[in-house]
Amino acid sequence: MAGIPHDHYEPKTSGEKWLHSRLPIVGLLYDTIMIPTPKNLNWMWIWGIILTFCLALQIVTGIVLAMHYTPHVDLAFASIEHIMRDVNGGYMLRYLHANGGSLFFFAVYIHIFRGLYYGSYKAPREVTWIIGMLIYLAMMATGFLGYVLPWGQMSFWGATVITGLFGAIPFVGDALQTWLLGGPAVDNATLNRFFSLHYLLPFVIVGLVAVHIWAFHTTGNSNPSGVEVRRGSKEEAEKDTVPFWPYFVIKDLFALAVILAIFWAVVGFMPNYLGHPDNYIEANPMVTPIHIVPEWYYLPFYAILRAFTSEVWVVQIASFVTGGIVDAKFFGVIAMFGAIFVMALVPWLDTSSVRSGKYRPMFKWWFYLLVIDFIVLMWLGSMPAEEPYASYALIATAYWFGYFLIVLPLLGVLEKPDAPPATIEEDFDAHYGSDADASTPAE
Amino acid sequence: MFKKLAISTALSLALIPAAVVAAGGGEQHIEDFDFSFEGPFGVYDQNQLQRGLHVYTDLCAACHGLKYVPLRTLADEGGPELPMDQVRAYAENIDVFDPELDDYRSATPVDHFPANDGVGAPDLSVMAKARAGFHGPYGLGINQMFKGMGGPEYIASILTGYTGHEKEEAGTTLYENTAFPGGWIAMQPPIEDESIDFMDGHANDLHHIAEDVSAFLMWTAEPKMMARKQVGFIGVLMLAILSVLLYLTNKRIWAPLKGKKIKQS
Amino acid sequence: MFARLGVEIGVNLVSHAEDHEGTRRDFLYYATAGTGVVVTGAAVWPLINQMNPSADVQAMSSIRVDVEDVEVGTQISVKYLGKPVFIRRRAEKEIAEARAVEMADLPDKIARNENEKPDAPATDANRALTPFAGQDGADLPPGAVAGEWLVMVGVCTHLGCVPIGEGAGDFDGWFCPCHGSHYDTAGRIRKGPAPKNLAIPFAGFVDETTIQLG
Repeated sequence: MAGIPHDHYEPKTSGEKWLHSRLPIVGLLYDTIMIPTPKNLNWMWIWGIILTFCLALQIVTGIVLAMHYTPHVDLAFASIEHIMRDVNGGYMLRYLHANGGSLFFFAVYIHIFRGLYYGSYKAPREVTWIIGMLIYLAMMATGFLGYVLPWGQMSFWGATVITGLFGAIPFVGDALQTWLLGGPAVDNATLNRFFSLHYLLPFVIVGLVAVHIWAFHTTGNSNPSGVEVRRGSKEEAEKDTVPFWPYFVIKDLFALAVILAIFWAVVGFMPNYLGHPDNYIEANPMVTPIHIVPEWYYLPFYAILRAFTSEVWVVQIASFVTGGIVDAKFFGVIAMFGAIFVMALVPWLDTSSVRSGKYRPMFKWWFYLLVIDFIVLMWLGSMPAEEPYASYALIATAYWFGYFLIVLPLLGVLEKPDAPPATIEEDFDAHYGSDADASTPAE
Repeated sequence: MFKKLAISTALSLALIPAAVVAAGGGEQHIEDFDFSFEGPFGVYDQNQLQRGLHVYTDLCAACHGLKYVPLRTLADEGGPELPMDQVRAYAENIDVFDPELDDYRSATPVDHFPANDGVGAPDLSVMAKARAGFHGPYGLGINQMFKGMGGPEYIASILTGYTGHEKEEAGTTLYENTAFPGGWIAMQPPIEDESIDFMDGHANDLHHIAEDVSAFLMWTAEPKMMARKQVGFIGVLMLAILSVLLYLTNKRIWAPLKGKKIKQS
Repeated sequence: MFARLGVEIGVNLVSHAEDHEGTRRDFLYYATAGTGVVVTGAAVWPLINQMNPSADVQAMSSIRVDVEDVEVGTQISVKYLGKPVFIRRRAEKEIAEARAVEMADLPDKIARNENEKPDAPATDANRALTPFAGQDGADLPPGAVAGEWLVMVGVCTHLGCVPIGEGAGDFDGWFCPCHGSHYDTAGRIRKGPAPKNLAIPFAGFVDETTIQLG
């Protein structure tokens, strides 16, 4: 195995040996917590721990909220008010859960863009990357299902619109949508199954996260220099790494405390800032809100979904070629899922010989443009579907796909990267001074 | 930097409806009232909430309901804080339907304010959270960060926003209102100067009455606001202390590796 | 020699410095860990507390009953904590009957009254509701009789059926039709399988015509 050589757990007492020969769980925990970690990890490497915390926060607050929530169309909205008014500390639990979703997605986006910048997806970490994408998809599904549960206007109409995406699939769409909803429209059957699935999916995410961690513990962490840890011997590896505990545990906990302080301020002082006022109006199948917008974290992909109308020439070509099977609606759905799919393919689309964006002078600018593109798409997703926003959305969408499908493959050929440092040790010492300096007597 | 952008972008969703509406109808004008409960340390003014209850009872309750608000919470800390015997007396004047008796009876503190959809007026329990008074700029929602969501401001602006013009449309009388999206509202002006005589002798012009009842409706929508801000403050304080300690610990743990000239023990 | 002394002093200084350094470092670690534990603990408590009865449930643990319209010799049933509670305004005959019973005749000699001590004897005085204005009856409102009010949880102590009232059974009190338990005019078990007297909940007058349960 390509693992980094390091010390393993040795059971000492007879009790430890007894357990170890039957279930090596202490050894597993030891290897996990003491795993050699590249010592040059910067502050962009904290988001994994933040995300793990978010998952735990959402599961714990979610389980306790489920003790008070009622998944019935006549009672759901009232049960939320019951939580807000009567349950001990219920208002705090609900606001933590609602805003926890935002923190979760905020962290996952930085985590993904960190991976895109530092080339974390490149061989041998493709599996880690793909599982990460699966986690992201599962998060999107979970977030959507959960948003339906308060049974406000935005819950109801969001559910109607998003399940409508499946209705766009040719031939089977209508049947599929009916199957998803359990009826011709969003109703009690829908609410009940969404509650059930919203409870189930987080545990699927837990499983995927375990595999995600397993995968990158097998390959070793990536790092800002993109240079691999030397694995010739334990001594060599120790020059490039430090054990996860205590070095990165404490560092990550510090970052977590800072992020949580900000998060707590949002929950305590402006808990409805990221929500939509319309969701405090009970769901009404007879009245559609003037403008249906998803939560902020779906907006970029929502913008891509809406960008393709029947006036767009690619849509017209697709429609002509397929004999009308692919219409504008279905094209939008394909584009939205395609936008995530091209991200999942990035390990094979990036042809560069250098991993980290730090040493890629041209790549950097294309990457920054991608980040801006993402934010612009987010803004466009919140704007009404009319000119000039529709044209902007089309341009921004084009860049999103262009970055992955054209820019990345070409850059690897056209770009002349800078020379990365030879070792992680060299990269680290360039920032913090070498060990030789440190060993100079102080007095 | 990224974060700021992300957040402001995030907010954009909240503002759209009004932006659209404002573009479609007349100028929507929301006055930025100065409420005592604004900001991280703002608190409800008990006298104002009690006056607001008075206004709600005398003027709003004829058409609107507050079905999610239990009467007993009128005595809760951080709310109007009416004495319990006054809550009981208040409840007794309200008739509620009891499905067990299959008949109406007078309410007790454990009952809720009655629902009221007789004339199709919306329930006001969470109205102050179901409306945003402030939006923008450019769909970014940054204004809400500084001014608040603007729910109570929206309500107060509606109450004070009548111009006096009316028109007939499809058999309904519509009243021109500068705060209402579209500019024409079906609710006839519910309050005018001196509609109410406050027991505490507080000013009873339209502006003040509207402000008081809006504050009361903010309380019905968010009765735990005081407790929430307190928990928020304590939590931020504790996490800030923990952050500082973890920062120092982190620095110390890494010092030997980072070439700092500290002796290793 | 001097050199050697110098080294020793130096070593001493260094080791002292190390001690000092070590103490400060330990203190920082303990402070951090301690604060971490406090923050975690503060986060865990609400998760436990949310399972305690919510405000609406707590509000139902105390209800007020208007007894102004209850005539002498009749009773009303109210629902309290999910169970029926009998509130009876006893006639003089019923009171006299209850007071005439010898303690030796009672299968359950304990009052079972939450307003009394747990071991209070099952006398009629210990079972009846304390009147509004005081125990001695001196300040009773006009027309009221001491000990006329009897408040009991209307659940048979045998298997939980609701007994029939209005002078039913062999002892003119309550009779449980399920398995034939007879209670007297003070709600005490006299005959049949039930082991205990009917339970008396925490109750009291808050004004002349209002009884508060809980």
